Amino acid sequence: MQPNSYKSQAADRLDATFAALADPTRRALLARLASGEASVTELAAPFAMSQAAISKHLKVLERAGLVSRGRDAQRRPRRVEAKPLDEATEWIESYRRSLERSFMRLDALLDDLQTPKKRRPTKR
Amino acid sequence: MLNTGTLKVTTPSDREILLTRVFDAPRSLVFDAMTKPELLKRWYGCDGSSLVICEVDLRVGGTWRHVLRNPDGTEMGMRGVYREIARPERLVSTESFDDFPGEALATLVFVEDAGRTTFTNTLLYPSQQIRDAVIQSGMEHGAAEGFDRLAEVLAQAA
Repeated sequence: MQPNSYKSQAADRLDATFAALADPTRRALLARLASGEASVTELAAPFAMSQAAISKHLKVLERAGLVSRGRDAQRRPRRVEAKPLDEATEWIESYRRSLERSFMRLDALLDDLQTPKKRRPTKR
Repeated sequence: MLNTGTLKVTTPSDREILLTRVFDAPRSLVFDAMTKPELLKRWYGCDGSSLVICEVDLRVGGTWRHVLRNPDGTEMGMRGVYREIARPERLVSTESFDDFPGEALATLVFVEDAGRTTFTNTLLYPSQQIRDAVIQSGMEHGAAEGFDRLAEVLAQAA
């Protein structure tokens, strides 16, 4: 696989993850599922919303890979999937680390730039 | 290794992330090192990655664009527009990643004391959800405790 096509797939997944999280109902559904798998009926119970509306939200979460369906053919329980969030994790943590490593290089550069005049009293 | 370095990451409000870092140099130098392409290219990006594109139009309304290329050939692009420029104490610009949703407003402040500069970058996100997602994504704590805390935050946000 080309690095570029991998990159854009990863980017698409991140977009889907964040779009899916940008809705209060879907966050509530995820919060509920984080404490254990549940059927659509169980998930819909606390909401003033039709099961069809809940199913729609679940589909968005499923497309983002945040939720999957369990084996039980009768209940079709939904559960949370950690992988898309792990990908987001990896991405931002690597950003923070690379930023810190960059800053270490900036330290060295600043030191370099100041070397000839570092001991000179500053005029202010 | 999380937060053991000198870069500090905190959350001053619902929609913000605050980066704090002290540099052993006057603020005019730190400011220039962050805004002059010839200096930026000397420090920004490392571990084999290089700043292959670094364009800076340092005026209000001017754009900046960075593209980092990693050793494996993948690239990470960032861009923004300058909103406020007050060298050497303050710089405000928008900031977004090519591969990440949401545009942040970055406010860089440079405070000098005895030749040392405390640099802060306050990143203001368009919504708490995006910011929380970024934080929950492990900016401070890593993936390890991720899920339980995510559930908590999601429950609070919902």
